[in-house]
Amino acid sequence: MAAVQETVDRVKSVDVDAYKYGFVSDIESEKAPKGLNEDIVRFISAKKNEPAWLTEWRLEAYRLWLTMPEPDWARVDYPKINYQDLYYYSAPKSTPGPKNLDEVDPELLRVYEKLGIPLREQEILAGVQERKVAVDAVFDSVSVATTFKAELAKAGVIFCPISEAVHTHPELVKKYLGSVVPTSDNYYATLNSAVFSDGSFVYIPPGVRCPMELSTYFRINEQNTGQFERTLIIADKGSYVSYLEGCTAPKRDENQLHAAVVELITHDDAEIKYSTVQNWYPGDADGKGGIYNFVTKRGDCRGARSKISWTQVETGSAITWKYPSCILRGDESRGEFYSIAISNGRQQVDSGTKMIHLGKNTTSRIISKGISAGHSNNTYRGQVLAQKRATNARNFTNCDSLLIGETCGAHTIPYIEAKNASAVFEHEATTSKISEDQLFYCMQRGLSAEEATALIVNGFVRDVLQQLPMEFAVEAQKLISISLEGSVG
Amino acid sequence: MIEIRNLHAEIDGKKIINGLSLTVNDGEVAAIMGPNGSGKSTLSYVISGREGYDVTGGEVLLNGENILEMNAAERAAKGVFLAFQYPLEIPGVTTMTFLKACLNAQRKSRGEAELSTPDFMKRVKAGAEKLGVPQDMLRRALNVGFSGGEKKRMEVLQMSLLEPTFAILDETDSGLDIDALRIVSEGVNALRDPKRSFLVITHYQRLLDYIVPDTVHVMSKGQIVKTGSKELALELEANGYRDYVGEAA
Repeated sequence: MAAVQETVDRVKSVDVDAYKYGFVSDIESEKAPKGLNEDIVRFISAKKNEPAWLTEWRLEAYRLWLTMPEPDWARVDYPKINYQDLYYYSAPKSTPGPKNLDEVDPELLRVYEKLGIPLREQEILAGVQERKVAVDAVFDSVSVATTFKAELAKAGVIFCPISEAVHTHPELVKKYLGSVVPTSDNYYATLNSAVFSDGSFVYIPPGVRCPMELSTYFRINEQNTGQFERTLIIADKGSYVSYLEGCTAPKRDENQLHAAVVELITHDDAEIKYSTVQNWYPGDADGKGGIYNFVTKRGDCRGARSKISWTQVETGSAITWKYPSCILRGDESRGEFYSIAISNGRQQVDSGTKMIHLGKNTTSRIISKGISAGHSNNTYRGQVLAQKRATNARNFTNCDSLLIGETCGAHTIPYIEAKNASAVFEHEATTSKISEDQLFYCMQRGLSAEEATALIVNGFVRDVLQQLPMEFAVEAQKLISISLEGSVG
Repeated sequence: MIEIRNLHAEIDGKKIINGLSLTVNDGEVAAIMGPNGSGKSTLSYVISGREGYDVTGGEVLLNGENILEMNAAERAAKGVFLAFQYPLEIPGVTTMTFLKACLNAQRKSRGEAELSTPDFMKRVKAGAEKLGVPQDMLRRALNVGFSGGEKKRMEVLQMSLLEPTFAILDETDSGLDIDALRIVSEGVNALRDPKRSFLVITHYQRLLDYIVPDTVHVMSKGQIVKTGSKELALELEANGYRDYVGEAA
């Protein structure tokens, strides 16, 4: 209970608008001119000193993007984005590819300290006694520091900014980039393909169990800047990796665009566990400002008996449009999706997953917990599909929504399709409210209204929290309470 | 000691409690009996601070302090406990977690140190053993999938942990078979204490064979219309409420 108590204390100490990570850092940055055209794409590519094939790959994506309509099927509502009014590249000025932490702008390190990110290796060691976490930090669009490189290299693990991998491991990048999310995939992924500036690259060689958790922290700092990071993780045969992703952004009155692409590939018997705690600035109580989070995340279980597991805790962003998915291509492969999506204030969430069963005897599991409070709207949208040759596909979906108060909404939109008669799909869904009876019961036993709500919500999301690595679970539990601040009483 | 003086309360403009006065002394077990709709449950909610009830007059003094201005959690910390007729389920929250959160919230509110986990465990285990609550029940989500008897036993376990000075038992006998009724009653009787007072709300005299009251009050139309000794309960059992129901009108 200590954690719940702590969360409650923290909830009490902040007011609704006091987004803890809402500071702006005074770091000089280098930007490309506003707007988007082929020159900007070339500029970004040139900045990274990219090979010609990649420049061409970007340009193709850009040309394709120009012909695509912006999707409008999600249950979210926002003014049209003027894509010419954004910066597509912003890099902290003093970091032309730092080799180690000493070369990183100390102000930047202070930012990460403020964020509570244990970037320095000794801090990591001090903070997490038994498990080490290697961190890649992406600031605006550029990866600024990656820790534990040497130790990872010993195990043969590659963990570096993708901009670096383009040069050091071009064969891997060329082989896998866009192989899960093709440049033509969707409006935002296509845009990302054209303008992505950095992100993390991970390769786990055959038979290697990655010796530590890998982690990336994303931070948007600059005004009017889109963040388009690109993450590519490959788990070769029989390997395993657990990867954590955390996100924050400063408080700004304007909306900021975040359109990331994450691609995961597992070969035979490999496993990737991908966890996200997303805490982008959600906007203020009236819905002003906040991040537009339009993200494409997809995993390809390419090998037999491989496994990909997505766990996400979504508490931030003004708008969330996100469907981490699994393509179950290898026979007996397995996909999992565990999600907690919380919306408060004026937040809008349209999130869920896709489980595409292609191989034989593939299984998938979806556990989604949506919590809506304030004037927010929270939609679960999920697809489960078994193709013709996917004999004995199995899916279990459990989709629960919890409403707090009278002015929020929860929606569940499942798409289920089996083209093979042997498929067995189960779908369970519930919608409940924190009842006055429950609140009174808890209060009669001595809990305040906030404590009672935190307790009930933590119970509601327990199945999913248990999927998170320990350190993240504690952080997530705190976040949940903070994001529900002001939703009771 | 609890003193209720000329209490008036209503819900949605409808008067339910009409000038009710009642005192339960330290160490006393008082029973309230009355027909359906006489306001018994409302009285328990008004005393324990449930929202939605408007107190339009009177006061409720717990050891001389008016508690009507406090919220439910504050009253709980002062020692008010309500054993619910229908205990609520809290999915995903283990019984152990819930008990610890409540106990420590109350201690904190009183300015006492929080209990350490080992100390807490010791207390829960001792209490659970007395009531025949199996250990695995403590690890299950609170009241989820519990039988009627288990839920009521859990209420008594909570009461024994929270050590209230004034406990209300709201229809604790409802839904219990004889064996469960005996276990629950024994649990309650074990908590009888010269410093603790009880208000036992019930329809039937059956419960009072097990939890023997010092006084019996008859409630009708939001008032106490008759007060007597435990024999009054037997008389009600034989003759029904009709002799008293008219008097309050």
